[in-house]
Amino acid sequence: MVRSQVLICGGTGCTSSGSPKLQAEFEKQLELNGLSDEIKLVRTGCFGLCALGPVVIVYPDGTFYSRVEEKDVQEIVEEHLLKGRPVERLVYADTGEETAKAKVETALNETRFYKAQNRVVLRNCGVIDPENIDEYIAMDGYAALGKVLTEMTPEDVIKCISDSGLRGRGGGGFPTGRKWALCAPNKAPQKYVVCNADEGDPGAFMDRSVLEGDPHCIIEAMAIAGYAIGATKGFVYVRAEYPIAVKRLTIAIAQAREYGLLGKNIFDSGFDFDLQIRLGAGAFVCGEETALMTSIEGNRGEPRPRPPYPAVRGLYNSPTVENNVETFANVPQIILRGADWFASMGTERSKGTKVFALGGKIEHTGLVEIPMGTPLRTIIEDIGGGIPNGKKFKAVQTGGPSGGCIPNSLIDTEVDYDNLTAIGCMMGSGGMIVMDEDSCMVDMAKFFLNFTVDESCGKCTPCRVGTRRLMEILEKITSGKGELEDIDRLESLCQYIKENSLCGLGQTAPNPVLATIKFFRDEYVAHVVDKKCPAGVCKDLLTYVIDKEKCIGCGMCARNCPANAIARTDYTAPGHKLASFAIDAAKCIKCGACLANCKFKAISKQ
Amino acid sequence: MKSLAELQKIKERMKDRVVLREGTGDIRVVVGMATCGIAAGARPVLNEFVKDVSEEGLSDKVTVSQTGCIGICQFEPVVEVFEAGKDKVTYVKMNSDKAKEVVERHLKGGKVIEEYTIGAYQV
Repeated sequence: MVRSQVLICGGTGCTSSGSPKLQAEFEKQLELNGLSDEIKLVRTGCFGLCALGPVVIVYPDGTFYSRVEEKDVQEIVEEHLLKGRPVERLVYADTGEETAKAKVETALNETRFYKAQNRVVLRNCGVIDPENIDEYIAMDGYAALGKVLTEMTPEDVIKCISDSGLRGRGGGGFPTGRKWALCAPNKAPQKYVVCNADEGDPGAFMDRSVLEGDPHCIIEAMAIAGYAIGATKGFVYVRAEYPIAVKRLTIAIAQAREYGLLGKNIFDSGFDFDLQIRLGAGAFVCGEETALMTSIEGNRGEPRPRPPYPAVRGLYNSPTVENNVETFANVPQIILRGADWFASMGTERSKGTKVFALGGKIEHTGLVEIPMGTPLRTIIEDIGGGIPNGKKFKAVQTGGPSGGCIPNSLIDTEVDYDNLTAIGCMMGSGGMIVMDEDSCMVDMAKFFLNFTVDESCGKCTPCRVGTRRLMEILEKITSGKGELEDIDRLESLCQYIKENSLCGLGQTAPNPVLATIKFFRDEYVAHVVDKKCPAGVCKDLLTYVIDKEKCIGCGMCARNCPANAIARTDYTAPGHKLASFAIDAAKCIKCGACLANCKFKAISKQ
Repeated sequence: MKSLAELQKIKERMKDRVVLREGTGDIRVVVGMATCGIAAGARPVLNEFVKDVSEEGLSDKVTVSQTGCIGICQFEPVVEVFEAGKDKVTYVKMNSDKAKEVVERHLKGGKVIEEYTIGAYQV
């Protein structure tokens, strides 16, 4: 009889910080203490607090251990599992809590990280074993599919999804119910359901975590979509760079087939549905729906003009519905709990919740799910725990290479599709990269543009050539050779690329440049006119100087300089015994090694 | 799988396993499992509670958990029952037979077994 369960996170973050080793050690220690029969180990999907991994949670008390190492396992087993005394030093301490007692009693759901969250999409992530279909069923899994096939007509299903107000979570925000309704009436011998799991934005890992933590819910949702539009085949297009997601999804599909939840005549309803996985080679453009379908067909991933929309002519020229992972993950819940329940969360035109991958200069890097309409400040300061090292918040970048940035002045914006569009930003698929005062906005625009220059498929000239020209102008600015006219040139070229590209990649590629010019024009001007980088990032605009009065002549800087650019001078400052050093600006490569090694704060960058 | 009934059967079978992770039920049974408790025989008591609560179908509302030393080592094994809105009940000098009785009469029947509580020993 199992009296306690130990959940070990098996998401990508915790797997790379060592959770498989922990599991082996737990097995060994439980065996040694004769507890194997009463305590069960479960490997789950992502808990969301990736920054504190590997994480372990012990039920029924819900004690949350963070940063657990192999050597800690013995103590947890002997103290907590055997004697009931949680190992306090490993219990996740919520920031702000002081006494050890308070720490231990901080149940997981009461921590600041989880308190403001509302987990709908992620409800099973970190709770069930993703490789065990029975655990999914125990959490009402496949009940929605059962309900749809036995009680509802395809029209009912589409109406339910439409009424819920669910919109596409991949970034565009197109109403999911309308997408299905457009596809359903089209007659064809074969229709398709496609799941877009080609999550390509740098810093985004929402879809990966859902596939890793709750793969069955995607299978169930796709079967429901298939029933609604009259499709019997589905494809999940997932990046080959997501090995854990691919593995768990493969296992889940096999289990669903074994139970007859995929295949012929599901629930004796006469409805057939089956799924296949297609691995993507990691091209960003394949996240665009038409390019994705071209890639599934075995061709080079390039977008094609719309219309005809996929709902009319999609995969293999057949009517197709394509939705993103997170969109699908909402579907079974909406069917079970009703459109009204879903529509009760969120704002007027953005219903439900949204998952964000928090990254960059933030205390709690990880995965969060919030109701639509939550202020950005709550996400950054409460859930995210604020900016580390007492630095100041500068901006947050949303939507990756297609998105824009939100500056400090707009931090109280309530996050939903329309509010973000209104301030010239976009929801995007959910990447959220936080920047502090040490981040240069011109450099950030350059980073994302560099990505789109690489990822442009080359089909349209404005995108292929235009993004490269943008990149060159940005490089000119950051190397100190920019002119004021360059900022105007950037803006007009951005507009041209937006208006003349075929697909979403080109149409949105200039967004990071436009948004940073809009909110941080003064930084561009500083680079161009004053030839300075206010954040101290752009190397060509920096000079390292030694304050000859503060330099005690120890020579640490000169010894660590890789370019031999530092030499002793003739000058000895009053009160010091040795002559000071100076940097030869012509030789300096601006690596910053001298600054990092000076113990007397005599070196600064200007 | 050809019917919703089959799906329901799997759900029932697995319920005990996941209900543990859904947070605490209305009633919390805590067994003192420090060295003193274990030496006095707390382990069979804990196991009896876990087994009976599950067998009696009480998993939804009763959570069985363990804790460290409560500080009254002469009375071990000690079991405390917490229920929202009610006073805490402390059972002392427990064994697996008494545990079975507590599940039957207190957790299921709603009646505190006075003669096993600490009050009965202190008088």
